[in-house]
Amino acid sequence: MLTRLIPHPLLSLTLVFVWLGLVNTFTLGNLLLGGFLAIVIPMLTAPYWPNRPKIGKPLKGLEYVLIVLWDIVVANVQVAAIILFKRQKNIRSQWVVMPLELHSAEAITVLAGTITMTPGTVSATLAADGGSILVHCLHTDDTDAVRDEIKTRYERRLKEIFE
Amino acid sequence: MSFIAELLIAISLVVSGIFGFVGSYGLVKLTDSLQRLHAPTKATTLGVGGVLIASMIFFYAETGYLSIHELLISVFLLLTAPITANFIAKTYIARNLKKTDLPDSQSTCGWSIYDDPPESRPGN
Repeated sequence: MLTRLIPHPLLSLTLVFVWLGLVNTFTLGNLLLGGFLAIVIPMLTAPYWPNRPKIGKPLKGLEYVLIVLWDIVVANVQVAAIILFKRQKNIRSQWVVMPLELHSAEAITVLAGTITMTPGTVSATLAADGGSILVHCLHTDDTDAVRDEIKTRYERRLKEIFE
Repeated sequence: MSFIAELLIAISLVVSGIFGFVGSYGLVKLTDSLQRLHAPTKATTLGVGGVLIASMIFFYAETGYLSIHELLISVFLLLTAPITANFIAKTYIARNLKKTDLPDSQSTCGWSIYDDPPESRPGN
């Protein structure tokens, strides 16, 4: 009964906070309206998202967010340096293939988003069975090093969080 | 408004301006669509982020309240930028590259642009 009423508790909680953030003032009326949206929207979208993602270690999730935020800042500086100081013919873009150990769709989505936001890499597509991910690297000489860094820095942490 | 607040706002605005400019310059300088994709997805994130930080400091210094809108804008940006980039990359591959241009997927199936997932094939 409770799982039918609130299919995604975390989504509901997020919706309440997003609603309160959007109206930018905290009143009882806003909280009630936010609570109403937090129940109705997950109920309506539940058919499109049947499984509940398991989040084993929420604190690790916070650590992950901080690491990614820091990496985004570093990524900006690195990409800016490549754009400004490298000649066009010296920029060697390459494809990197990375076999995935993650299985949950949510974890793979987060990983793909992280790859796009961080140093010089954009995730392009997945293998049809979700077994590996294709990454486009703006400039690298060593594709194995790029792959290993993504694996140890992001995938290992996501595996701890989601599995 | 105190001098320190003004200084912080000015610094974040200048930083965001520089990164916004570099991102746009990257679009002009890089030649390949996939390379061009790198410039707006990254350099611009910090560009917009700087403006948002400046706006937060400004409203905190003016009214004394912390504004949440800017945080939400950055969260939405961080969520949507990778998805847009992914769509553009996929479209580019589908229109311009052949199966043989991409490296092997090292998995049981090929890349999802060319291959169907195993559960949708007849006989499964």
